[in-house]
Amino acid sequence: MAKKDAPPRWDRKMQQRLARGEAAALGELYDRFASLVHGLAHRVLGDERAADGITREVFAHVWEHPESYDPKQGPLRSWVATLTHRLAVQRLRATETAALAQDAGGTTEELERRVRRASVAARADYIVQSMPTPLRAALELAYFQRRDYRQTAADLGVTEDEARRRLRLGLQLLSTAHDAGAPGAPPGYGGAA
Amino acid sequence: MSDAGSADRFEHGEFEDEDDKREQEHGRPEPQEGHGGPGGPDGPANGGTVQDPDRTPRIPMPRASVEDSGRPLPAPADLGGPTPAPLDLEHRVLTSLLGAWALAACSPEETEAVEAHLGECGRCADEALRLRDAVGLLHPPESLDLDPALRTRVLDGCLDRRPPRIPVPEWAAPYDAETARLDALLQDIGATEWHTPVDLRWFDGQSPATRRTTVAGVIAHLLSVDGLVALALGLDDPLGDTVAESPTPGARTEAYWRTAHLPPSRSLRTPWREQTHDLVRTVSFAGGDSGSARLAVSYGDFELPLHDAMVDRAFECWVHAEDIADAVDYPYEPPAPRHLHRMIDLAARVLPTALDQRRRTGHSAQQPPTDRPGRGLRLEIEGSGGGEWVIPLDSAAGVGSVEHEVAHVALDGVEFCRLAAGHVPPAEAAVGQVGDKEAIRDVLFAAASLSRL
Repeated sequence: MAKKDAPPRWDRKMQQRLARGEAAALGELYDRFASLVHGLAHRVLGDERAADGITREVFAHVWEHPESYDPKQGPLRSWVATLTHRLAVQRLRATETAALAQDAGGTTEELERRVRRASVAARADYIVQSMPTPLRAALELAYFQRRDYRQTAADLGVTEDEARRRLRLGLQLLSTAHDAGAPGAPPGYGGAA
Repeated sequence: MSDAGSADRFEHGEFEDEDDKREQEHGRPEPQEGHGGPGGPDGPANGGTVQDPDRTPRIPMPRASVEDSGRPLPAPADLGGPTPAPLDLEHRVLTSLLGAWALAACSPEETEAVEAHLGECGRCADEALRLRDAVGLLHPPESLDLDPALRTRVLDGCLDRRPPRIPVPEWAAPYDAETARLDALLQDIGATEWHTPVDLRWFDGQSPATRRTTVAGVIAHLLSVDGLVALALGLDDPLGDTVAESPTPGARTEAYWRTAHLPPSRSLRTPWREQTHDLVRTVSFAGGDSGSARLAVSYGDFELPLHDAMVDRAFECWVHAEDIADAVDYPYEPPAPRHLHRMIDLAARVLPTALDQRRRTGHSAQQPPTDRPGRGLRLEIEGSGGGEWVIPLDSAAGVGSVEHEVAHVALDGVEFCRLAAGHVPPAEAAVGQVGDKEAIRDVLFAAASLSRL
């Protein structure tokens, strides 16, 4: 269950409880982040069972190494997303490399392109989920419900200026999914830096 | 996209702020990025902007006029009359339209004006391209229906790899699992479905009873009654200052419904879920086999030990989750076999008390024959989670030794639970039976009378 702007206190307490070996904390961690983890893994890998596998790996990692999360570095949610992303992309690259070795059909370049596309798509999902609700609501209306910006403004009860602002800002945020970052720290999972 | 996460670093306005600052300083985008240096299309009108002398002014892109675009020119007649003049928008407005333009959410006139501008202003053209690429990244949200069994598999896998120092007690596991399953259902339903009518059904000892509420009303019910366990553990009472007529599940629920300022709604999900998490966390600390596991939870007119109360609450959570699932037409599975087994076991253990209660309230014609003590009924529950229980018929405490088995009934585990939930009338339960008909009837009615609001 997502709570907006969960205080960092929750993150710190969660880490302490996990470190203490409290099984109930693991359940709460799962309840809060399983949809996020599974959804991102599924976006990268496009396969239900593979996404289940990544979900298992991510929670096992957090449970076994709760100290590897440093609350000072940012929200737990971003950290979990980054971890998921890394493991899922690793898995995708391994699977695709194995497929490449068996089948002379593809090229390494194509493989890298596919990996990159999957990786960007997952970051984009995360950005949409994490952006402030007003921006997400505007994008949903304009894109999925094909409302123009004036209708969007009316639906949201805001000025046309504000609707234009939200659509632009929402897309600006989303476009950062393309940004390449330092290795091991996929951008788009804000707070990791 | 219902999962509204934390905003993280994407603070409202982070991106725009830079832009606004620039616009405040220069009154328009930085000239070296825009193509409109002095003499450029928007240069003269703007005035006052000093071009960086070290930079060679870039040559403005030619304005893509409609004459050059190959599109047919509008006939002079078309231009007459009330046709609006081509929009002449400020740079600020054109820039603000870029998002809407990328999403094809502008009027045709605005689209035309933006596109004309993009031919002139490199900075806007760059942003436009970037935003249009971003539109390609919008996907319909993936279905977030996680297999509820995955939770158990993932958690068990973790706990195998690193055994917990503070485990969730075995008897709290069904509650942990059932509340998680119900929460997954609640996550998936829309705000309006929270107001779908639900008929709560139970068996009042003689006949079926119902009470109409809504999906949200059911959650209020679970919240109020789980509060009995919270109280026993010293946690906050979800009823707050509201005083119930009596400390029973029914009275607490009615009090909650009655005193709510607004009809129960989706907003109940958070307090309900927080309380379920608090209960699991607290019983994990309290629940060592010594200490508080033996704590009694009062239901007003009876008590259950904490470990039984947690199984009872898991059972209620499942039963009401099914009520909700039926109301909103959502598939819902029975609990995991080992959890179902605990629920059946609890019902079997409290049956002798319920039988005794029926005798004392005159609902049962049967009096224990004094010459033949120790009669029992063999309850055979089929299916996963099942097993066999011998129900003492003549001993309220359920500890009397059974010397004579006078009857044997067999039924499916889920059917038995529906009977005990008051969802199947005792006369209609699909039961295989041999032996004393009166005894069987008594046990089935006693099972149904375990249900309550």
